[in-house]
Amino acid sequence: MGNLWNNYYEAVAVILFGIGFTALLLHRNMIKKIIGFNIMDTAVYLFLAAKGYIAGRVAPVPDGPDASRLVEDYINPVPSGLVLTGIVVSVSVTAVMLALTIRLYRRYHTLDIDRITMLVKREKFKE
Amino acid sequence: MDIVRNFPLFNIVMCLMCGVVSSVFGAKQAKRLSLFLIGAVFFMNIAVLAFVAKEGQYTYMMGHFPAPWGNEIRVGMLEAVIAVFFCAIMFLSVLGGEHYIALDIEDAKSNLYFTMIDLMLASLLALIYTNDLFTAYVFVEINTIAAGALIMSRSNGHTLVAAAKYMIMSLVGSGLLLIGIAILYDVTGHLLMVDIHRRVEVLSRTGNYQLPLTVAMGLISVGLAIKSALFPFHSWLPDAYSYSTPSSSGILSSLVSKGYIFLLFKVFYRVFGFEFILDHKVTNILFFFGVAGMIAGSVMAIYQTDMRRLIAFSSVAQIGYIYMGIGLSVSMGTVAAIFHIMSHAASKSMLFIAAKGLSDVSGDSKEFSGLKGAGYRNRLAGIAFLVGAFSMVGIPLLAGFTSKVYFAEAALTASDIKMEVAMVALAISTILNAVYFIRAVIIIYTPHKYTDFDQSTYRAPKTMEIALLCFILLNIFLGTWSNLIEGAIQTGLGTFS
Repeated sequence: MGNLWNNYYEAVAVILFGIGFTALLLHRNMIKKIIGFNIMDTAVYLFLAAKGYIAGRVAPVPDGPDASRLVEDYINPVPSGLVLTGIVVSVSVTAVMLALTIRLYRRYHTLDIDRITMLVKREKFKE
Repeated sequence: MDIVRNFPLFNIVMCLMCGVVSSVFGAKQAKRLSLFLIGAVFFMNIAVLAFVAKEGQYTYMMGHFPAPWGNEIRVGMLEAVIAVFFCAIMFLSVLGGEHYIALDIEDAKSNLYFTMIDLMLASLLALIYTNDLFTAYVFVEINTIAAGALIMSRSNGHTLVAAAKYMIMSLVGSGLLLIGIAILYDVTGHLLMVDIHRRVEVLSRTGNYQLPLTVAMGLISVGLAIKSALFPFHSWLPDAYSYSTPSSSGILSSLVSKGYIFLLFKVFYRVFGFEFILDHKVTNILFFFGVAGMIAGSVMAIYQTDMRRLIAFSSVAQIGYIYMGIGLSVSMGTVAAIFHIMSHAASKSMLFIAAKGLSDVSGDSKEFSGLKGAGYRNRLAGIAFLVGAFSMVGIPLLAGFTSKVYFAEAALTASDIKMEVAMVALAISTILNAVYFIRAVIIIYTPHKYTDFDQSTYRAPKTMEIALLCFILLNIFLGTWSNLIEGAIQTGLGTFS
């Protein structure tokens, strides 16, 4: 339990990951699936950011009044870079998913993926 | 000759650039650019292969930041062979289905199809060559987006739903992959594969952090298994493969899933080290699911009445073979798995394109009942389907036979229980393959008077005929000259870790 309390950022990140993962996998509504996907990815970013943070240090921007700081005064910059890259990736995937959802909705007037699957099965496949 | 060292990175950048440029081109120019690009990448990778064969493997530093800080590309024999082969398959798939891309996709958007092809090639090359796990993740996502777009490019209800299912399963997979990589980074403090490997070795010696490492390994394996449609995760596959345009089906079945499997090889050999993988019994789990996939995929294929769904379900079985090969946990098994990646790619994309050629002369029917005698109406497509089917069943002189021989050889060197299971599964799966493929071949060669079709006016698209001929030759080449390729894989794998 002690470990869990000390690493509460990571614990929360993993719980969020689980919530997002189940939402993405089990919800029938496309929009809720996309929200789930975003929660899942954000949880990973929280995890990375928490792991990169070192208590009492500052962001690695050697500029301004803090220009005289040493390397030992900065947090690990790599996870921040990873988070930024990851955000870009998840934004683009979200955009693709939303575009797909719009097209599905225009065609079938519902967001429920099970219902859409059913409607599609009834529709004869035409070349 | 030193300029050849730059080719892998140059190729990736070139593909990305061409993808961007294609978006403002017309459909024709975009197609030409795409084909030219794939051809150029093919020849450049042959040069890389020759260079690596002579000079040995090398790592390519990017941005003048040395190893633990900067990003790296690693080029070895295995990577070069796979890259050359992927380019060849991609070129033939695009060429073979080129006629149908124009028919299936709205004119105003067909240049975007080729944008996606370029991005797909970029991501595949990056997955093959990268030495950095996070770069691999980013390109996995690019690959997912491009693959989703390739599926939904043919705009009808079926492909939209197939693309939605594909994207959802893929996102689940890449989420697991991402958190796996995040945990791995936190435990080891590195993202470059070689450095992670060094840390993992130290940790295994001291016995620290074994649980997080196991979790990370499990997450990455499951994530990549979902993305490559290993048996229980195959639900998205049949729809995605069978409703999209033939080029897309060919590329998806033979390259997209294989790119992820190749990444999994890299994770096993270069990141964790095969010893670590064996210690943690990951391969046993993959073996189990691989064997299950071999049988289940074939059984499901038997029940299909739609030609292209049959081929799609056969893919599930073939992915099972590949995982079974990894699961044998001997080096020969991995060689067989890599060889099967190639032989399956060569046969499956040919089958998809040939199936389209056959249904073309049968009033666009895909059901077997409508395909009677199609092999006589479109002879080359019929022969190509025959060769592909025989190759998948495992008739000698064709690619599929050789990979089955390698699997059997590998099984002989594995542990007793695995040997028995693998042999029995191979036998059963071969019989099942024969059941559905031979049935399909018999149907397309049953003489049948087809009234709605005029042989004298029908001309098969030239590009498709050329592509099918090349595919047939490629299959025979893989089947008869397999020693050459197996040798290259062996040397490549020897220096892989």
